Amino acid sequence: MFEAIAFYLFAFLTIAMFWITVTTKHALYALTALAAGMIFISAFFFILGADFMGVIQIIVYSGAVMALYAFGMMFFDTTRELHEKNPSSTLVFLLGGMAALLVVIMVSAPIVSGSIEAAYPIIEGIGNTQAIGMVLFTKYLVPFEVAAVMLLVAMIAGIIMAGKKMDISYSEMSEEQIDEKLDAEVIA
Amino acid sequence: MEMYLYIALFAPLVGSLTAALFGASKKTMFTGLFASGMLFASFVSSLLLLIGVLEGNTYHVEMMTWIATGDLYVPFGFVVNEVTVTMMMVVTTVSTVVHVYSIGYMDHDKSFNRFFSYLSAFVFSMMVLVMSDNLLGLFIGWEGVGVCSWLLIGFWYHKESATWAANEAFIMNRIADLAMLIGIFIIYWNLGTLQYEGIFAGVNELNHGVLTAAGIFLFVGAMGKSAQFPLHTWLADAMEGPTPVSALIHAATMVTAGVYLVVRMNPLYDLIPDVGLFIASLGAFVAMFAATMALVNRDMKRIIAYSTLSQLGYMFVAAGLGAYWVALFHLMAHAFFKALLFLGAGNVMHAMDNELDPFKMGGLRKAMKGTFIMMTLASVALAGIFPFAGFFSKDLILEVAFVEHHYILYTVLLLTAGLTAFYSFRLVSLIFHGEERYKLFGFHPHEAYKYMLVAMSPLLILAIIAGFLFKGTYYEMVIAMLPAGEYHVHNQVVYWVMTIGTQLFVIAAILFAYRKYENAKIDLKVESGFFYQLLFNQYYIPKLYDELFSKPYVELSKMMWKIDNAVVDASVDGIANVFYGTGNKTHTMQNGNLSSMLRWMVLGLVALLVSAAVFIGIVTNADAIMKLLGA
Amino acid sequence: MEITLTHYLVLSTVLFAIGLVGVMRRKNLLMLFFATEILLNSVNIALVAISHYHGDFTGQLFAFFIIAIAASEVAVGLGLLVLWFKRENKIDLDIMTSMKG
Repeated sequence: MFEAIAFYLFAFLTIAMFWITVTTKHALYALTALAAGMIFISAFFFILGADFMGVIQIIVYSGAVMALYAFGMMFFDTTRELHEKNPSSTLVFLLGGMAALLVVIMVSAPIVSGSIEAAYPIIEGIGNTQAIGMVLFTKYLVPFEVAAVMLLVAMIAGIIMAGKKMDISYSEMSEEQIDEKLDAEVIA
Repeated sequence: MEMYLYIALFAPLVGSLTAALFGASKKTMFTGLFASGMLFASFVSSLLLLIGVLEGNTYHVEMMTWIATGDLYVPFGFVVNEVTVTMMMVVTTVSTVVHVYSIGYMDHDKSFNRFFSYLSAFVFSMMVLVMSDNLLGLFIGWEGVGVCSWLLIGFWYHKESATWAANEAFIMNRIADLAMLIGIFIIYWNLGTLQYEGIFAGVNELNHGVLTAAGIFLFVGAMGKSAQFPLHTWLADAMEGPTPVSALIHAATMVTAGVYLVVRMNPLYDLIPDVGLFIASLGAFVAMFAATMALVNRDMKRIIAYSTLSQLGYMFVAAGLGAYWVALFHLMAHAFFKALLFLGAGNVMHAMDNELDPFKMGGLRKAMKGTFIMMTLASVALAGIFPFAGFFSKDLILEVAFVEHHYILYTVLLLTAGLTAFYSFRLVSLIFHGEERYKLFGFHPHEAYKYMLVAMSPLLILAIIAGFLFKGTYYEMVIAMLPAGEYHVHNQVVYWVMTIGTQLFVIAAILFAYRKYENAKIDLKVESGFFYQLLFNQYYIPKLYDELFSKPYVELSKMMWKIDNAVVDASVDGIANVFYGTGNKTHTMQNGNLSSMLRWMVLGLVALLVSAAVFIGIVTNADAIMKLLGA
Repeated sequence: MEITLTHYLVLSTVLFAIGLVGVMRRKNLLMLFFATEILLNSVNIALVAISHYHGDFTGQLFAFFIIAIAASEVAVGLGLLVLWFKRENKIDLDIMTSMKG
């Protein structure tokens, strides 16, 4: 009973937050709603007994990723309203609805046989984090390391791409200097 | 000895491939010398093998497995026995001579290297044909010599007549090769093997009908390669190729492959004497038929080509009557003097700036002494005067016909012997005797290079001595494989009358030819006569083929072309237009806008989901649907 | 009233559809990134739910790796975005038509 209430509550909240994210005209609102939705999703993970995933969800998504977006948004002019030429909404909603409906039909149809054998069964009595650690560092060690390398590569790539011409600090220049610089760039 | 076998077989290939490396570059003496050297190595190896065979050995090697699927087992196997070694000697001797000769003959040709590549490749194919121990290997060699013949006839491909002749030869051979392939299939179908040993072991158990069919189909293949009637027209046109090619391929070796095939398959043909008689009759007919065409022709090389045709007819008479060793012996002797004749003709052509009409020559014996002697002796050998090679081989065929009581064949062959002597000496007398008519046409004849004459001399010697020196040894050797038969006329009086009578007849023909053509007077009354015109136009057979096959085929092709345009092309174009149209209409999808692309992507996702849902629906309700359909 | 796997899968589908609508509708590149995050998260829910109901760790591990991939995607994507903004002073999708076929 408690589980059901929690599920429906968080389902409603998540859908609402994400809905705001995709419809709002303010980038800041969207960012905030997204972060909130992420946290609500972590609630499902706790309900499902995946404590470790829930924690990761909050730390990585709501913490790191959202912080990254927040920093990224500092580069853009986010205070003004977004002026978008949105395509015809009927088509978009029709397509999205169709996709959702089809998947729901398929999911609700009993097609997957119940007798699935777990490759890495969840063992009762051991904490979720410990169990994940045991699987992660034995069977999934190589993918884990590869993922680590990938993150490193992505980090370096992000720094290099975003950091171009970071040595030029417009804030320490006078207005004339900035104009000169920009004119030179336009000519170039 | 196996090593010699491989050298004999592969040395020409090495020469050919090496020459091919220089194919596109300028003339280098090296290619000619190297190819000739390789041929000489092959000749020496063949000679050593011959000595081994004379001691009573045969050599059989299986180089490697070629085809082994199911019941079919065909190796790359090569065999050297009494029959093949004879052919090997003929091929390597003549080709070595021709190679050395070609160094001089092709001296001024800019495709010198290419020529040697082709020529050596031909010799390799011929060796495969001769030495293979199974019918499929023979067929590969058979096709190989066909390709090389095509390449060499069309060697001067900028001449339209040369390419035409090359294609004619190739297509005619293709028709015959189809029949030959069918013959091979029949044999495989019934015996389950293509090895000669297996075929000869099992051939006695087959019924007569199958044997006859196999024999006829194989012989049709032989007819194509040996240019027997009605597939004979290509040989005369093949004279478009360089003269050494005519000497090697279209006189001495390739065209005799048909005879070789019949000789090689002798256990098969022994069982079907009816087919043998047909072969002999056709041979006699072709001997006469070709000789008559040679009587009036005005093209030096064509006259010799018809003579070759006629002599091939002789060989088939002997082979058809079961005298296989006689056929093979005449093949050998003929190869020597006919190659010599062609090479001599090549010298004359060189001297006369490629002029081929003997009526424009005359009196060349002063300018070209060596060539004159060689060609005269070769013609004497061809005419069959004692003690030259032709006497021993050709008169033997006459005796075979006589002893086997085929008197009609005998008469035809005897008459043909007279015709042979006549046209040979008509040619010799027109070229070398009489007035020096060439001066009118402004030619300045000169003798060929010395080494070319030296290269020809082995053939001259062989043409003189091959008969009386080799006949005994050859007979002793070859009866190990081929049915023996002395073919002596038992009545001494008849024998001497026959022999001396034939000689006198032939000599009379020679003298008549000399008298008639020494002054090269053209008798207009004879020339406008029906028979002269008939012979001069080759019995109108090329024209008949043109009217009967070529023109209807062209018409048919034109019609088919229209159908092709209306049906095949139209449907292909239609399909292309559909795609072109859809592409034209839908290229607006590719507007480069990421957002619209994403929308298309989602549309695709929905389409995939729909198909997945339908599929799942069908699978899960399969029973119900089956019931519904059943009801 | 028991919450079954189907409930979670339906929820995941609905969230995925919202993400799809976002992807299709928004023209601002940053918003596009947000929508992509929604798509990834909806899949994560499905994976973890399947893992729970089948008693198998694989789903959770997959979700874990997806989070890692999402993090790197954000890092690279934002880098590119900043680069683009510096060049064009705009992050509107409609001006990116260099891939026109």
